[in-house]
Amino acid sequence: MTLNQLLPLVVLASSLLPGLLIFALPEERHRTRSALNLGGALIKLALVLWMLWGVYNQQLYEVRLAFLPGLELVFRVGPLALFFIILSSGLWLVTTVYAIGYLEGSPNRSRFFGFFSLCVTSTVGLAMAGSLFTFLLFYEMLTLTTYPLVVHRGTEAARRAGRAYLAYTVFGGALLMAGTVWLYTLTGTLEFVPRGFVSGLDPSYRTQLVLIFILLIAGLGVKAALFPLHGWLPMAMVAPAPVSALLHAVAVVKAGAFGIVRVVYEVYGVEFAFGIGVTYPLAIVAAVTILYGSLRAMFQDDLKRRLAFSTISQVSYVALGVAIVGPIATIGGVVHLVHQGVMKITLFFCAGNMAETLGVHRISEMNGVGKRMPWTMAAFTIAAFGMIGLPPFAGFISKWYLSLGALEAGREWVVLLLVISSLLNAAYFLPILHVAWFRQPDGPWPEERDYGNRETAWALLLPPLITAGFTIAIGLFAAAPFTPLEWAKLISLREFGTP
Amino acid sequence: MNVALFYALTGAGIFTLGLHGVIIYRHLLRKIMAINIMGSGVFLVLAGLARRVPAGPPDPVPHAMVITGIVVAVAATALALVLLLRLLDVSGSVVLPDNEEE
Amino acid sequence: MTLILLPLAGAMLAFLFPRAGGRLGLLTAFSVLFSAIALAAVVIGDGVQLHLLGGWPAPLGITLRTDGLSMVMLLVAAVVGLGISLYAAVWFRQEPLNGERFWPLWLLLWSALNALFLSADLFNLYVTLELLGLSAVGLAAVAGGAAAYAAAMRYLLVSLLGSLLYLLGVALIYHACGSVDITLVAERLSPSAASRAALALMVSGLLLKTALFPLHFWLPAAHANAGAPVSAALSGLVVKATFYLLLRLWLELFDTFAPQLETLLGLLGAAAVLWGSLQALRQSRLKLLIAYSTVAQIGYLFMAFPLAAAAGLQAWYGALYLVMSHALAKSAMFLAAGNLRRHAGHDRIAELDLVAQRLPLSVSAFALAGMTIMGLPPSGGFIAKWWLLQAALVQGMWGWALVLVVGGLLSAAYLFKVVGFAFTRARGTHEACPVPLSMEWIALLLAIGSVLLGLLVLPPMALLGVGDPFGLALEAGQ
Repeated sequence: MTLNQLLPLVVLASSLLPGLLIFALPEERHRTRSALNLGGALIKLALVLWMLWGVYNQQLYEVRLAFLPGLELVFRVGPLALFFIILSSGLWLVTTVYAIGYLEGSPNRSRFFGFFSLCVTSTVGLAMAGSLFTFLLFYEMLTLTTYPLVVHRGTEAARRAGRAYLAYTVFGGALLMAGTVWLYTLTGTLEFVPRGFVSGLDPSYRTQLVLIFILLIAGLGVKAALFPLHGWLPMAMVAPAPVSALLHAVAVVKAGAFGIVRVVYEVYGVEFAFGIGVTYPLAIVAAVTILYGSLRAMFQDDLKRRLAFSTISQVSYVALGVAIVGPIATIGGVVHLVHQGVMKITLFFCAGNMAETLGVHRISEMNGVGKRMPWTMAAFTIAAFGMIGLPPFAGFISKWYLSLGALEAGREWVVLLLVISSLLNAAYFLPILHVAWFRQPDGPWPEERDYGNRETAWALLLPPLITAGFTIAIGLFAAAPFTPLEWAKLISLREFGTP
Repeated sequence: MNVALFYALTGAGIFTLGLHGVIIYRHLLRKIMAINIMGSGVFLVLAGLARRVPAGPPDPVPHAMVITGIVVAVAATALALVLLLRLLDVSGSVVLPDNEEE
Repeated sequence: MTLILLPLAGAMLAFLFPRAGGRLGLLTAFSVLFSAIALAAVVIGDGVQLHLLGGWPAPLGITLRTDGLSMVMLLVAAVVGLGISLYAAVWFRQEPLNGERFWPLWLLLWSALNALFLSADLFNLYVTLELLGLSAVGLAAVAGGAAAYAAAMRYLLVSLLGSLLYLLGVALIYHACGSVDITLVAERLSPSAASRAALALMVSGLLLKTALFPLHFWLPAAHANAGAPVSAALSGLVVKATFYLLLRLWLELFDTFAPQLETLLGLLGAAAVLWGSLQALRQSRLKLLIAYSTVAQIGYLFMAFPLAAAAGLQAWYGALYLVMSHALAKSAMFLAAGNLRRHAGHDRIAELDLVAQRLPLSVSAFALAGMTIMGLPPSGGFIAKWWLLQAALVQGMWGWALVLVVGGLLSAAYLFKVVGFAFTRARGTHEACPVPLSMEWIALLLAIGSVLLGLLVLPPMALLGVGDPFGLALEAGQ
């Protein structure tokens, strides 16, 4: 087995092995556990960066394992896979640091970090999946590995949330599996090919292909929180902040969105999908989700729930970009995968900081937080501006390209939608900023923890600062090589470029 | 109707009677006896049909099967009776309870 | 041949020397496993193996035949059997009297299983069926107590009824074909009133013993009231054996006799899946939940019959893969449940939280085994479900596909109901009975086995195909 074949497997192993080892660790061995966690994360990130350089230089990283007769397990790292895997690996490292700080002193950390690592393994697996079958396997494993994280706290609310989470995700998984098997019986292959592999089928199969599309998108849409399959996400906010961060920015929601991108581009091919008339309904669903999420977000007092609805709204930008058939819209949609991830995780880290340090969970309790935790709020502010779409932050880039792409494809209503959505985003983010920076605290904080001179623990403070920094950098230096934007352009080229 | 068919039909009839008994009766001893009757029915069918060539000597293989069957039936009946006694000891009833779940 | 004699001898010795029961049992278990592996190597190398008892050829003699299908069943029985034996050796330390009764019966059951898998003679199969049934009933009664005795009694009556139906069928077949050797009968049998009647009788008898809905009524009580190793044997192995027999008869003899029967079996299977899963959801006791889960999983097996019409490979391999994975997973589940129950003194699901958190290995075993039941990757159950779905969808049989999908969802519902308790805040304390680590590990290893089946698919497939038991050589590719 050559090095290029081995690399994807090693990347998987870099979180699988620590995960399994961590399960066996007794609760008290925090040093070993942290070492395993951070070590795994660093190794993974290093390998992924190596592959980044390699793919940039036209290297091929692919490995195939015989699995079922006629179906292999395929791992292939191309631009799109790399896109997602860098997001996952980079943010995993940051989240690991944060989680170690956040869960300091809580029970069951071995269990938590074990499943944490397995969750990332599943995410990385589905990122590198080179066939819909491989994707399906890891997608289902993602459900199983994230459930323990959602119910980690063990309270009644956590159990209820876990039940809802399972109901939605297992159902979604069943839809995805049904669609995949059905597709397999029609095409005999499930490997991802740029511009899709179903276009060669007989036209008489068109109805079946439409139905399969619906099944696949619905199955993926559960995790991607498309309306009306989004119900689990706000409930899952009972989980600890690192879990929310992971779910929203790194793993679950992104996996669903990523899956939608894969299905539209590399299973159906966006031109073919347009031809059978499924892209327009998808755009509608995405649009409804965008508006619905933003509207609900405005009425939430609980900070994490507001952020949850914000995610529901924002992730649909990806689906929208995909559904507007056109290279520029593609760029906008795909790049938003990364941008939203970085911004959202910043917001969650900050929310977690406020909850941990001050016991603040609700916006109505946030008066004057800016004075008490200036760095945290600064990071929050930057991310919020990015979400609203202000230049030069990352969110602006995505919205810019989406608007351009919509105009180019003749879908002017999308621009209107984006404007309205940005206004709504402002409507639910600006009040938070106002309250935090410009109001005086009502009284003592609900549960204050003392960190001496620092505003909070280092492990809790650094991550959001780092990701906020990225938010600025990605936006400011968007035209530089190696940025998400450049990669998104590359991906779009492969899909739409001259054959 | 030749003799073989007559025996076979009788055997089938006895089998059916036994089957009816197993289902209908609630007392376990009756059920056990009904099973035995079913068994006899089967043996009768086996022995009755035991001719390879009509009007030739009877085929010994089915007879061997019947003997084996009788031995098995004895063992099974013994087990059943012991279980019945145990059940009687422990629960005081010779009738199977209707619903097992709690 | 050794595979049958070994456990038989072990049983006799265990009966004669009850106090050495455990050690004899383990010795036998290991030897049987080694013999099975050796035989598998021969089968893979040389193909179908035949052995004539006493050197008498058919039609007078009794043939033992090993093809891919038999070999797979033998291996599954050997692995699960070893697991059960190891577990039982530790379990019965607390109940030595029951232990002495357990070993002879268990080894007898095992030899009946092996004999059943190896026989190619209809009457011999009857004898093995009876032996299987009687020892199973005996094991079910070992636990003692009114509930166990009543369940065992019901099981006995059902078992005898089933065997007698089968025997009557054999009588009719012998009359029609002049032999009870399967190969000869297959050559000589043709559809006629007598043979159709025989088909009906034998299938009914075996359905009763395999507990297909609606003939499943005896199973939950019998499996739930037995001791943990016994439940594992009953759910994991015994019902698989009767299914195997039904399948074998179907494939060899009755394949083309009654196409409507395929649909009927499929419908009953679908009903079993839905009914069993719904009942499992309603249970408040863990072992009953697991038993109803068995009822549901058996339903999947029968759904393969209508699916095999035009997609034989996927349908049969899917069903057999489910047989293998379920044997491992269900026995792991019952053993894990046994651990939980011993620790807590009860198996009420609603109060499992403290118990579940003290026994993480057992809960993990339960969860991993659950993946097979739910059909989620990576597990053997997922592969089986993939194949069955493929068989259904490629023929446009939407109804069966829908049942397969819904069944999976329902099983997720009742399994996570249990697994969720591993994560809740435990309330209160109680007197806990310590559970030896080895018992937990055995359950976990069996569960890991079912997961491994989901990762290493090609070797079992190759073994299964030896001798082409499913008659697939005549069909075109997949």
